[in-house]
Amino acid sequence: MIETKLKWHPIAASDDLAPRHVFDAQLLGQEIAAWRADDGFANVWENRCLHRGVRLTIGINDGNELKCQYHGWRYSNRSANCTYIPAHPADAPARTVCNRKYTTREKYGLVWTAIETSGDVPEISLLAGVPSAPLRAMPINSTADLVEEMLSAAVFESAEDNRWSEMSVETDPSGAITFTGSSDKHLVFFLQPLDSERTIIRGVATGIGDDDIAGLRHLNQCLTTLRAAIEARAAQQDRVDPMQPVYTQVEADLATMPDRGEGSVNGIRVRVASKTMTANDVARFEFVGLTGSLPTGQAGAHIDVHLPNGLIRQYSLTNGPAETDSYIIGVKREPNSTGGSECLHDTVREGDILLVSVPRNNFPLRRDAVRSVFVAGGIGITPLLSMAKTLENQRLNYELHYFVRDDDHVAFADKINALTGKITLHKGLSPEDTGKALHRIYNGPQNANHTYICGPGPMLNAAREAASHCGWDDGAVHFEYFKNTNEIDDSSSFEIALARSGQTLQVKSGETVLDVLRANGVSIASSCSQGACGTCKVAVIEGDVDHQDVHLTDSEKRASAYIMTCVSRAKSDRLVLDI
Amino acid sequence: MLQNVNPTDPVVYNLWHVITAVDDLTPGVPQETALLGEPLCFVLSESGEPIVWKGKIADQTSEDKNARVRAQLKYGYIWVVLGEPEFEIFDIPEYVEDGRRNMNAISVGLNTSAPRVVENFLDMAHFPFVHTDLLGEEPHTEVSEYDVDYNPEEREIWATNCWFYQPKASAASEEGVLAEYKYRVPHPFCAILYKTSPDDDTRLDAIAVLVQPLDETRVRAHLLLSVIDHQNELDKHIRLFQQTILGQDKPILENQMPRRLPLNPRAETPIRADKVSIMYRRWLRELDLHYGVIREVA
Repeated sequence: MIETKLKWHPIAASDDLAPRHVFDAQLLGQEIAAWRADDGFANVWENRCLHRGVRLTIGINDGNELKCQYHGWRYSNRSANCTYIPAHPADAPARTVCNRKYTTREKYGLVWTAIETSGDVPEISLLAGVPSAPLRAMPINSTADLVEEMLSAAVFESAEDNRWSEMSVETDPSGAITFTGSSDKHLVFFLQPLDSERTIIRGVATGIGDDDIAGLRHLNQCLTTLRAAIEARAAQQDRVDPMQPVYTQVEADLATMPDRGEGSVNGIRVRVASKTMTANDVARFEFVGLTGSLPTGQAGAHIDVHLPNGLIRQYSLTNGPAETDSYIIGVKREPNSTGGSECLHDTVREGDILLVSVPRNNFPLRRDAVRSVFVAGGIGITPLLSMAKTLENQRLNYELHYFVRDDDHVAFADKINALTGKITLHKGLSPEDTGKALHRIYNGPQNANHTYICGPGPMLNAAREAASHCGWDDGAVHFEYFKNTNEIDDSSSFEIALARSGQTLQVKSGETVLDVLRANGVSIASSCSQGACGTCKVAVIEGDVDHQDVHLTDSEKRASAYIMTCVSRAKSDRLVLDI
Repeated sequence: MLQNVNPTDPVVYNLWHVITAVDDLTPGVPQETALLGEPLCFVLSESGEPIVWKGKIADQTSEDKNARVRAQLKYGYIWVVLGEPEFEIFDIPEYVEDGRRNMNAISVGLNTSAPRVVENFLDMAHFPFVHTDLLGEEPHTEVSEYDVDYNPEEREIWATNCWFYQPKASAASEEGVLAEYKYRVPHPFCAILYKTSPDDDTRLDAIAVLVQPLDETRVRAHLLLSVIDHQNELDKHIRLFQQTILGQDKPILENQMPRRLPLNPRAETPIRADKVSIMYRRWLRELDLHYGVIREVA
């Protein structure tokens, strides 16, 4: 059995995976959902949503993501990562929820998979380099062993059609049954054991065109006759118990109730597949995984990039939901910075290997808004591109306002041009005119309106002020700063109490809360270390927080329910943290 | 073919279960059903007493005292217990309140386990996707934080402070409302929800799902309504709404794999919106219930 699970089997004809369809397949007792994305990739997954076990074959293939019918959870093409949980629209799915996927190949007009991966799809010399046509699949109520035995003795010659006469039969070590003809007409059969007593014969013929209806019908007729003979004998055999499907377990950390804002510290090695200039001073980098596909970033997510010079920098992913085979980021050259962008611009080349973090999302996109307004300044376009693509994929409306100096500073023009939403370019505006434009954009907020702002500090502050002035609720204004330009005052000293673990610790001046937690064995994910990205957020149960970050909104700061442990401190003598 | 009751599960064996609504029964005409893998026959006597016995009608065992099963009428249903009842049937105080219309809205067969049906009944997050334009609609998909509590004295789970946007919350609603829900689980295979009544905002409609396990993976779900509704003259209009809802749930429930509810926490992925189902699964584990669930931790 283990050997069979390691083997590659066809589970469908390539044509069965029609656009926007989810094909219901089975192999060795396992139920399989197979679907083709608009980019042509064939996804072969366990037929079960990880949330509540509903079959994904009743879900919806939107071309880029598979949406579960029960609660609308969305799973990405290729990676099978969950990208959105509608019940909690304000939260990024905080941890890597990923459906079981099987390794897939397409060969000989068939879709192949193995329950456990080993080696590759069998190479059949008869089929190498010649055109071939898959035959109609023939399902048979019989064990695979009996099908193999009787298929090996089958004859495809008849009085009406003698093209398949005098064939020599062999069983390939891979399990394929090959019929070699005297001319270019060969037949190769592969078996797909659905379960212990159900098997599909998947045949491939050479030397016959798709349009040779008479020939294809003849072969189908031969297989139909064979089926009747096999099933007559199978009925005489002892019954075999059906195979029991094995349901994949979820990761241990997914089994408990999720908390908010968890981060992973694992790194992924990527190769720089391309590096090009996309605007004046803005380089576009494409990273691909060294081993297969990458974890999918949700709309608004960023990755940490570990640079050759030892620095770690955060960059937003521009990827839309269809773009899952690489990470694409934009890097603006900042001559006055500490050397992160210069290193990427000057040192990193195509082909280099870099370490990046898994995507984290501290700038999540709600998909339950009736109006979504994206406001970008300069390189701040990157996370908003990914958001715009995401809403577009779900046919939700949005408007994108892009503030730039001039045409030469428009980054990712190709991606922007490919968007079909309402795009407005605001070029070369003075700070005063920018303010006026923002007031026009934010005039008259309604219920369920949300805005997302990303750009340089002064522009972002102006947008937040304009939204606030126009009456936008604090909770509807979402933003992400590139960096924290506030001067951090770390002179205070105070006590922190950890409610769950019962520890009490001292934070002295010059130390951060994060440093002290880590020194005492408390593992907290962090990313930017300057209070901008939000990764190190911890819930506060009691105490007055001295907020020094730029991640939390003003009302969140007033509520003091969370602290950014990398920069913020206490105004009171003591903070009680929910860890 | 019925799968027999797991004899190692006295928990379900000693509980009262519904086997039929009495509305449509003609006294004196026996009918067949099943409970926990056991074939049963039942009849209402001319005086309205329920008589229930094991076997098929053709077996002619109705007079056999050894085949008799303990039965009673309550809330418009026949309830039976195959073993020795430890607890009385739970109380539904709304049922006897003035001004309410009580009815069995529908009894429907479902190819799944009883706990899967209860869990679906306790779930709000599926409204926009499964009950589109009735109990929910996109993009209003958020399940806000709610409270869950287990009351050990009453042996009941309560979920309270549940709010959800609904375009048409019941047969009597005309426009979208933010509906308040409360859920109560007084029995492993029964649950009651209370929601804002469109006709009287001081009272809550009560809707109970009473699941009859035919065997481990096949059930009949009976829906008991106790509602305030002055708009729908005919009961059938109120019923029709609930029949539509259950008809939408049926294909989802029958495509949930595995059919028995996995109690191993690593079998599925809960989110905060699933707080009540997390509590329900934990409760079933603690009750040491085996029927219709998968207990083993692989």
